[in-house]
Parts: sequence; structure tokens; C-alpha cells
Amino acid sequence: MTLLEVKDLTVSFPTSDGVVRAVRGVSFGVEAGRTLGIVGESGSGKTVLTQTLLGLTPGAEVGGQALFDGTDLLQLNEAQMRDVRGARIAVIFQDPLTSLHPLYKVGWQIAEMVRAHDKSVTKQQAHTRAVELLGRVGIPRPDRRVDDYPHQFSGGMRQRAMIAMALSLSPQMIIADEPTTALDATVQAQIIDLLLRLQRESNTALIMITHDLGVVADIADEVMVMYAGRAAEKAPKRDVFYAPHHPYTKGLLESIPSSSAAGGRLKPIPGSPPSLINLPSGCKFHPRCGYVLDRCLAEEPMLRPVGQDGFHSSACWLPLQAAGLSEQAEKLRAETVREGRGEAAAEVYEAEIAEALGSEGSVAG
Amino acid sequence: MSDPLASAGTASTPAVAAGDELVRVENMVKHFPVRAGGLFRRSVGQVHAVDDVSLSIPRGQTLGLVGETGSGKSTLARCVAGLIPVTSGRVTFDGRDITNLSRGAMRPIRREVQMIFQDPYSSLNPRRRVGSIIGDPFAIHKTSTGGERKRQVQDLMERVGLNPEHYNRFPAEFSGGQRQRIGVARALALRPKLIICDEPVSALDVSIQAQVLNLLADLQRDFGLTYLFIAHDLEVVRHVSDSVAVMYLGRIGESGPRDPVYRSPRHPYTVALLSAAPAADPDTAAARQRIILTGDVPSPIDPPSGCRFHPRCPKAEAVCGQQEPQLEAKAGDAATHLTACHFPVQAGENLAAAGRSEPT
Repeated sequence: MTLLEVKDLTVSFPTSDGVVRAVRGVSFGVEAGRTLGIVGESGSGKTVLTQTLLGLTPGAEVGGQALFDGTDLLQLNEAQMRDVRGARIAVIFQDPLTSLHPLYKVGWQIAEMVRAHDKSVTKQQAHTRAVELLGRVGIPRPDRRVDDYPHQFSGGMRQRAMIAMALSLSPQMIIADEPTTALDATVQAQIIDLLLRLQRESNTALIMITHDLGVVADIADEVMVMYAGRAAEKAPKRDVFYAPHHPYTKGLLESIPSSSAAGGRLKPIPGSPPSLINLPSGCKFHPRCGYVLDRCLAEEPMLRPVGQDGFHSSACWLPLQAAGLSEQAEKLRAETVREGRGEAAAEVYEAEIAEALGSEGSVAG
Repeated sequence: MSDPLASAGTASTPAVAAGDELVRVENMVKHFPVRAGGLFRRSVGQVHAVDDVSLSIPRGQTLGLVGETGSGKSTLARCVAGLIPVTSGRVTFDGRDITNLSRGAMRPIRREVQMIFQDPYSSLNPRRRVGSIIGDPFAIHKTSTGGERKRQVQDLMERVGLNPEHYNRFPAEFSGGQRQRIGVARALALRPKLIICDEPVSALDVSIQAQVLNLLADLQRDFGLTYLFIAHDLEVVRHVSDSVAVMYLGRIGESGPRDPVYRSPRHPYTVALLSAAPAADPDTAAARQRIILTGDVPSPIDPPSGCRFHPRCPKAEAVCGQQEPQLEAKAGDAATHLTACHFPVQAGENLAAAGRSEPT
């Protein structure tokens, strides 16, 4: 059963410089017990998207629908939202040091969370529950550490405490926004392990927002790749990694240093993400795309199915079969470019090449 | 398997032929005093940030320094750059002993050793124009003035892939990747021999990260630069490095040429670190035996006795808590592949299975 169904969500912020169009029509669903990985670079809209679901974007103009267990989250008033936030949908943020209050004991903060949503719980019960939760997330000697202040915890322990807090009310869904980005590799492994175990135990739905494709490869079931406020590609994990259709997804995968190419040249994506106030025409990725066609300059492609099963979809004008990293797919892409690239697109492409060469510093010597 | 204790005590310096090395660090120790509050600021302990570390970097090559928060890698880098004095030990740069030189004596060396920092947002003064930021090294070292300096700065900007016409812009007008290029241009200004890169791409998006890594590779090739490259991303380090040193709590656990260290790591910590690094490939991720280390990195104020990794090590035995293992070549390894471990990991050994829960 689909626990969360987001339909055509749009979020924009009016500012003095113009309207920031952070999310421009995104739809997706998450099922109980499954993990959706949302991947994207800074400014792709991935964080705004999830914060909007929880009513954490005041001042934003929001459109669309977000049905959570039958209720539209976007229609809730502040009081109703408070009952959902934390209790039914919990959030884990990137930086555990700034999300914990430095002047209150860790245990008190967890207990407070429990009591805020259920006044019938006594202080003593809430405290016991805090100890139990800290133990569950693997904090050693939880009965003693419960009285520590956040600064007495290491980074990994703080993130565990955040997870304990998120679990305190047995939510149906957890949104984790870059939960391991600030952590060291071995600690990151511990936290991912913990999240997966807890998810298995309680059948929680998980939305994992990250820029790290490695984390996605590890834990996601489905993946949504975002670019400039839209889903560029949406697919089961294996399709995204082994049969990417959108040139942005392909570019991201190719720009990661991998062991096979150690010491060789990396293939970066030229340029940088666009300003959300002043978006390019047509496909928003076209100024950085190696397969830019005339069509891409004028028309923005919609998400459409590219695989046989209907689970894999991509927002790109390239032919449906042009998915994957195989020679055959590359040949098909090249053919499409030969037919579909006129003068206008050729000009864009030349600018990209110049940018790529310039940015690699091979102009002057 | 050799007796791990047999050759203890001697081989603490890497075996690299002298002469072609630009940087040599011998038995470097850096302790920071921990002071109590109050009037006299009594010293109540020492942070053992770097403890008896030796390494060398051949000219024109890249040494990747890997380690987690608190391993001492940044402190080590700052000591090499002469930014902070060492407690003991010796740093040799280009054949000269530069350990704790006076400010005046250090000055010409500073031109040859430059740093690139992690955060391109906070390492550039937001109220100064980019041209003047990049021109700083010329001004400080009084190598050129006026129009000459402007021309040099614009050359540099072009060299690192910035538009020279943006000379008069402020840092805020540049994206993260471009700001890091500004940092690179500034480091490059005085044609240094060594550039210390402290997490230079950690704050950048993946697609931009590749641009900066390619730029650093080009500059190394064109100017014969030597890099000391610090990063926590193991794939990035593997990509850029000729040799690698893995630090844990102020000591080097394992070091050697890149491929042997990555392909057949001998120190259990290196093995755990490599197994924990996320791989952007679902099949690899699923097939991998991840070693989940228990607990946290201990405090460097009171590091564990013996091998500093022993409280978290899946292979630890009694001797590990008593006797400090020496950094030395283990049986079957090349002479340059050094490991500080009493029970080095064998090929095909499964540490994930050997894992035990730690009593705390």
C-alpha cells in the first residue's frame, strides 16, 4: 500500500530578486517498509520538497497534493500538522549538533518529545522511555548517558540520539535529510546499518535525501534523481545505476572517481546548476548536456516511462531505448544527436565544450 | 607468516630513496596542552594529536592522507606547512630542515608551500574583490606591483578556468566550484613546490568535484607540483594519490603505494575503513562484507595503551593492549608497504565474521 502519494507538488518562494521556483511539479509515492532515495545537488529542491510536506516552509507558495495515509498534508492547519510531524512522520537532519539543544540533557529532549505528543505520559515514564530508546539505537550505558548534554556526545552518538528521538513516537515514515553527510565513513556505516535494522523491525517507510550515490546504492529501493526542482529520472535502484536514461543521471555516475579509473581523467558535467530564479528555457539541463538537441532548447520534457515494466521513467527527449552505459545505447544517442541537433543546439554544445576546456585550465599554459 | 614482533623498533621511516623526495617528516610529535580554567591556566593533560609520525613525499607525486575526525591528519598538514610548531621531530623540505624556523627564516619557504582549504565559502574574505584576493601572495612577498600584478592574476584566473574579466567581482558572485578555483589560483600564485590540499573537494557537489580534481591533476602535470592530499573520501584519495597513509588517533596505521594498500590492506582499521566506504554500485554494495566497528574513536587526550586501535579491533589479543606495534613491512608485502599491526590481515580473511561486540 502506498503510504505517501505526492502529486504534482510545486513550491516557490517570492523574493525581492524574483520568484525562486524550488520545486516544479514532482510526483512520487513511498510504500510502508520501503526506502526512497532522493538524489540531487545543492539547489535541486530535494530538501525544500520534504520540508514542504511537513509544513516547514513558511512563506512558500505551495501547489499540488501530498496524501499521507489518506490525508492531504498540504491542507492541514498548524495544529493538525503538529500532530503529524514527529508522531507520524519523523525527521532526521544532517547536522545533529545544531538539531539538539545544547543546554538541555539529551534524555530530557527525547522525553519532552514523547510528552509533547501524549500528555498522559508521566515524566518518569518518559525518562524510562528515553533510556530504552537510547539503548535501542546502540548508545552504550544508556541509563547513564541519558543525563549527558549534547556536547558530551560524539558526532555519531548525537546522530543516534536524533534517531532515538525520531523513533520515540513510532512514526510510520522517517525522512532522513543527509543523515550521514557530516559523519566519518565508519560511523556512517554504523548509522546506515542502524537505520536499516530499525526499518526492518518496524516496517517504517524511509525517505533518504542525499547527494551521495554510494549511500543510495546501499539502502534505497527506489531512486528519484532531481535537477532544478524536477524529477529527472525515477526508477528502481538497479535501473538508475545500470541503465540510466537521463544524461544528468549518467553524468553523475560518470563523474564519481571509481577504482577502475584510478589516476585517469574524470568526466565532470560542465558548468554548474542553474539559478532557480532564472531558469533556462526548455529542458533545464540542456546548457550542461552533451546530447543537447534543438528540441531541448524549446520544450521541457515530461517524465515518461522508458522501461518495459513501467517503473523506470525519465524526463528526456532521447529515444526510450537510449538507456544504459552500453555501446549500443551510446550509438543510439549519437544517431539521435546527428538527426536532432540543428544550428541552435550546436551552438549550445560548443559553448559547453569551451566551458569544459576552459574550466580544466588547458587554455593558457 | 613472520613473527610480528621480530623486527620491532627499527623500521619507523619509510624506505624511499633520499634525493628525489621533497618532503620528509621524521618522528613528528605534536601535543597540545589541555588547560584547566582559572588564573594560572594550569596544563592538565596533553592532546596527542600527532604521535611519532614519519613519512616522505617524492617530488611531483601525491601522498593521500586518510583518516577520520580526530586522527590528526590536519594537524600533521599544518605542522608540515610550518603554521604551528611541532613538539618534537623533524620536517625536511627540499633538503632543508625547516623544523621550527623563525618567522623570518620561514618566509621564503612559505612561498614554496601553499594550502588549499576545505570550505571555499569561509576561506575567502567576502568583502574583497577576487583579483585582490588572488593577488595577495604577490603583495605579501613583494614580487610584483600594479599592472604587472593584475596581468599575473588574470593569467592565473585563466589557468584555473575562471573568466579573467571577473577580476573585480566579489566571492559571493561565484559558485562553490568557482570559489574553490579561486583558492587554487591563490595557492598557485607564487609557483609553489608543495600544495597541501585539506579536503579540497569535500564541500562540492559530485559533478563539480570532478572538475576540480581534473584541474588539480592538470596543474600537477604542468607545474610538477607535489601534493599532500587530505580527504575522508577514500575513492577520491584513491583517484589522486600515488601513495597513501592511513592515520588513526595520531599515528600511521598503514602506508604504502596506492594499489597495494587499497587492494590488499593489512591493518584491520584500513580494512574496516575500506569496507565502510559507500560504493556507488548496488551489486558491489550488496556483495560487500561491511565491518561495523563498535564504539567511537577514543579520546586523544588519553589514548589507549599499546596499539591505539585495539579497543575497537576485531582481531585484538592481549599483546595489542600492552605492546605498541611498529610500522614495518609485513611478510609478503613490498618494502614500501608498511603496517603497524601485531596480527596483520591475511588475503581472503573475513574480518566481518571475526567481529565481536565490545564490552562497554
